[in-house]
Amino acid sequence: MAGEGVKLFGMWASPYVLRVIWALKLKGIEYEYIEEDLSNKSPLLLQYNSVYKKVPVLVYGQKPVAESLVIIEFIDEMWKHNPILPEDPYERAMARFWAKFVEEKFIPAIFGTFSKLGEEQEKFMEEAKKNLRILEEGLQGKKFFGGETIGFVDVVGGWIAYWVPVIEEIIGIKIVEEESLPLINKWFKDILDFNIVKESLPPRDKLVALQKVYREMLLGSSA
Amino acid sequence: MADEVILLDFWPSPFGLRARIAMAEKGVEYDYRDENLREKGPLLLKSNPVHKKIPVLIHNGKPVCESLIIVQYIDEVWNDKPLFSKDPYETAKARFWADFVDKKIYDCGTRIWKNKGEAQDQAKKEFIDCLKLLEGELAEKSYFGGDTLGYVDVALIPFACWFYSYETEGKFSIEEDCPKIMAWVKRCMEKESVSKTLAEPQKVYEFVGVLKKMYGIE
Repeated sequence: MAGEGVKLFGMWASPYVLRVIWALKLKGIEYEYIEEDLSNKSPLLLQYNSVYKKVPVLVYGQKPVAESLVIIEFIDEMWKHNPILPEDPYERAMARFWAKFVEEKFIPAIFGTFSKLGEEQEKFMEEAKKNLRILEEGLQGKKFFGGETIGFVDVVGGWIAYWVPVIEEIIGIKIVEEESLPLINKWFKDILDFNIVKESLPPRDKLVALQKVYREMLLGSSA
Repeated sequence: MADEVILLDFWPSPFGLRARIAMAEKGVEYDYRDENLREKGPLLLKSNPVHKKIPVLIHNGKPVCESLIIVQYIDEVWNDKPLFSKDPYETAKARFWADFVDKKIYDCGTRIWKNKGEAQDQAKKEFIDCLKLLEGELAEKSYFGGDTLGYVDVALIPFACWFYSYETEGKFSIEEDCPKIMAWVKRCMEKESVSKTLAEPQKVYEFVGVLKKMYGIE
């Protein structure tokens, strides 16, 4: 499907960028992908996202949109087929609620398990597990948050299915145990099995290597 | 069948004010309930078990939480006088800037009254920088929404009744550094949906005094 002049400024290991890629793929929109070196950001990126200077930025017809959640809603409004958000206002509010929960509660917790050690790490670990248990309730026994196919919350949170095992491998501690989080476990499997997800994940060994370096930086800087 | 709309809120909350202003704009009748945040009521705990926070909008028994999500819900259900443009790009910009207000204004403002010295100076600087960015986005428009109140106006204007507190605590004048924002506040106050809804700045300032005592801040 033609999305003439759709450009995506991204970085291969960013889960925020991956969200936008999934949204574009769900709609079958063709786009030009521009890989950014985050240590040497392009003048175009700095111009398109002068407020935060971050990826992802979607540019459509020369007009930039920044912030992954804003971008996904833009994509959903611009291209109305294969809707990502539900139609019913209450269901939309619930989808936005769970997306915000992933952003504001889960991400800081999982980041803490990755960037801290000892007692502090344990605290964040418990917080991450608690948040996943709450997220499980939001799933309400459905296959995906979107029902039979992936929807807004799956697009916003699905990266967790790929990143958590990577984090577990690097920190050497299991966060998501099958017995304590069976529905989340199943959701992870279903997400990773979904066609557009499978074909767009960053290579695991490269991701692990990068996250290891990143972790050393984080641990080193807090010493 | 008549709609039953309840708003669980707390009178000085800028987040709760967003919902109140949106409903005032749309002429939605609702049952306002002020919550005691130190002893949260059973309805609040049941309606927002995840965060246990206000505001919560309960529409025909179904709770909606998080102020900007509530505002969008109100806009979608009571859809005359829309808060968003029909243009998806303008809508995306509005979402971006409302999110910016969410990320920055409350945090900087709170740090102004909670701190002194260097920490307060830093907070003041960031606060002014954020307002200046918003002034850039406002440009020559009367409101962020153009000729009428839009999503960003609703997201930001509640903080106007906290400006007096920030200025008094921080000993600075927002008018001096950000005259365009103050002109925008004046224009918003010409609307009844804003002027009749916002909390009184003096009362908010007294409330900040109470909070400071509670936190043991001088």
